[in-house]
Amino acid sequence: MSDTADKVKKIVVEHLGVEESKVTTEASFIDDLGADSLDTVELVMAFEEAFGVEIPDDAAEKITTVKDAIDYIEKQKSA
Amino acid sequence: MFDLTGKVALVTGATGGIGAAIATALHAQGASVALTGRREAELAVLAETLGGRVQVVPADLADPAAPAALVEQVEAGLGPLDILVNNAGFTRDMLALRMGDADWNAVLEVDLTAPFRLARSALRGMMKRRSGRIISIASIVGVTGNAGQANYAAAKAGLIGMSKSLAQEVATRGVTVNVVAPGFVQTAMTDALPEAARTALLARIPTQRMGTPADIAAAVAYLASPEAAWVTGQTLHVNGGMAMI
Repeated sequence: MSDTADKVKKIVVEHLGVEESKVTTEASFIDDLGADSLDTVELVMAFEEAFGVEIPDDAAEKITTVKDAIDYIEKQKSA
Repeated sequence: MFDLTGKVALVTGATGGIGAAIATALHAQGASVALTGRREAELAVLAETLGGRVQVVPADLADPAAPAALVEQVEAGLGPLDILVNNAGFTRDMLALRMGDADWNAVLEVDLTAPFRLARSALRGMMKRRSGRIISIASIVGVTGNAGQANYAAAKAGLIGMSKSLAQEVATRGVTVNVVAPGFVQTAMTDALPEAARTALLARIPTQRMGTPADIAAAVAYLASPEAAWVTGQTLHVNGGMAMI
């Protein structure tokens, strides 16, 4: 697993207080991990801080799964 | 009760009568208090009166960048912000027929938009820490309206709507958002009223006296306290009974 994926999953586990085993790459924050809309905003803020990237609102809206977050951050980092 | 020891508060408009009283009350309950306003010399005088646990941060809230910078400076100086008091505000009264766009915009910008920007900046840390208090000082005229104050009344009513919305957004994060709506408070402005106007005004207040800045500050201290944890999205009217809403 990539460093980014590891770090994203760790943030999700810490923030949502869910079991690590539940945070699969495909997991949806809202449908699978019990996040509410405010949690997703806070997660995006946490990703921005942890990875030093800016995630604009229109991009943030599309980040609904763990995979979405990993892909977006990796794309930003390689850009 | 109402102990604020170890808490950090930011009070905008701290040079005004009500702002200074709020800063003094929060400080007396044990909070460290950041004082902001445009008049640096007057802020310094208040800081000296309060003694320790004080930071002076001059700022002009008409500047769109000021709110974010202000929160950053306070957190660097005193620590994580626990209590934000949006007190700063000003009036530019005139009948609507004569009120220009500039008169409308200037009041809305400082009295409503700046409090929103401050709340937005303060909320980030408060939500992370799962605790916080945002208290905005509105006015009775935000609910009753007042001839000659379309801009000011709109801004104050706006604070109430904004606070109710924010309160719903962050309630699960231990942050409460409330409003204190003062009635007529004794200030240099009301002192200058002619005797007849004063008498007429007092006749509308069941308690038959003007409010004091301390009357308003006590309400703020309560809402800032841990004891008020279950009070959110509310408007506490402190007006001697002038309007019972």
